[in-house]
Amino acid sequence: MDPIIEGIIRAINLILSGDPEVLGITALSLLISGSGTVLSCVWSIPTSVGLALRGFHGRRVVKGLFNALMGIPTVALGLFLYLLLSRSGPLGYFQLLYSPYAIMIGQSILVTPIVVSFSTSALESVDPDLRRLARTLGASDLQMYGVVIREGFWGVVLAVIAAFNRAFAELGIAMMLGGNIRNITRVLTTAIALETSRGDIALSIAFTLILLTITMSLSIAVNLARKSTT
Amino acid sequence: METVDITKSYDGLLALDRVSIAADVGQITAVVGVNGAGKTTLLNILAGIDAPTSGRVLIQGHEVDTNGLRTHCTMVFSRNLMFRNSVYENIAYGLRISRTSDRDVPAKVASALALVNLEEFEKRNARKLSSGEQRRVAIARVLALERDVLLFDEPTANLDPANAMIIERAIKESARSRAVLLSTHDLSQARRLSDRIAHLYKGRVVEEADPSRFFTNPRHEATKLFIDGELEF
Repeated sequence: MDPIIEGIIRAINLILSGDPEVLGITALSLLISGSGTVLSCVWSIPTSVGLALRGFHGRRVVKGLFNALMGIPTVALGLFLYLLLSRSGPLGYFQLLYSPYAIMIGQSILVTPIVVSFSTSALESVDPDLRRLARTLGASDLQMYGVVIREGFWGVVLAVIAAFNRAFAELGIAMMLGGNIRNITRVLTTAIALETSRGDIALSIAFTLILLTITMSLSIAVNLARKSTT
Repeated sequence: METVDITKSYDGLLALDRVSIAADVGQITAVVGVNGAGKTTLLNILAGIDAPTSGRVLIQGHEVDTNGLRTHCTMVFSRNLMFRNSVYENIAYGLRISRTSDRDVPAKVASALALVNLEEFEKRNARKLSSGEQRRVAIARVLALERDVLLFDEPTANLDPANAMIIERAIKESARSRAVLLSTHDLSQARRLSDRIAHLYKGRVVEEADPSRFFTNPRHEATKLFIDGELEF
């Protein structure tokens, strides 16, 4: 039998049988990438609101910078953060390297330009006359921003989902900052790399199927939810 | 409400030149003029979404700044603007931010919708309504607020006669307890609705009179041409 087809059949069996290793790695991946994305939103969404709604000197430069940073190679960011977090680095004191927190922090930084750029575009695309309308109905500055965020809500959600997918599917940071330690920092992408190098194609395919199913399901679910509410 | 020598310029170009007009409670004042005469600029200033370059706005004799105007005046825009939610939420938004008690909001929304014959529309998606229905929701949204001054910018532009009639009736009704300022280039509408008509030409009020004098004995040459449909900007 073709090793790929054999791999797919074994992968499906592993997933359906609820293999504890597969489930554990999947859960850890969701937890780390989910937390990293949420952490990034803490600073990225307010930054987007500022960029989209406040006119200030250098705004275009800042927007351009975030756009450029979207394509940063994960290994480059991984190396930079490795040097910061390593024992001899400036943040070595916190002993975060090779922990799930290191991956989470790395991924939160990695996805920041994605959340900022996409959310800024989403908020900028809200009809500016709606701000004027809110004003004539008595809205304060803060309430007017609330209107823009509500109107651009689904665009911001899509930005967050794109960021999560990027974090969930990246390898460089997880490998360099997490070290692929079993039951501690092994996530789907590092597990795929490991099992492929070991020659266990079936397990690699199982992890890949899970990775693709989660990212695609999430995007489809958000698009369906958006369509049902607009 | 009274404006005193309101002037507005954009990059050196004069959009409004020392405009002084008044709108009293119980009356409708129509501001007429060709496209580009400055009608919308004037209304934007009175609605508190644009600041004049110079001049003052007085409400009940007291000068009010741009922020203050937003608590006294509200406006219906010439294009349909709906928030992305239900008709009810569109109308309730202004009530909630003006701290109307939650208990009173449903009754106020229902009463405003009744004024524009949209009683059954509360749950409908506002953006999926027809153009005429959206304009009526916009009117209901400002009527619910109970402000001192209502501003209508071309309220029936591009609407069919049935919708226009409902809107005109609602405007007349709203003027019973408020001052209404109506911008239009439809002279027959100005004649039907207003108690005073001000003709804005190249940013200046060139004629202001009651409708009968305005149409039978206009004094300014530009007004005569405008009434005859021969005025170009």
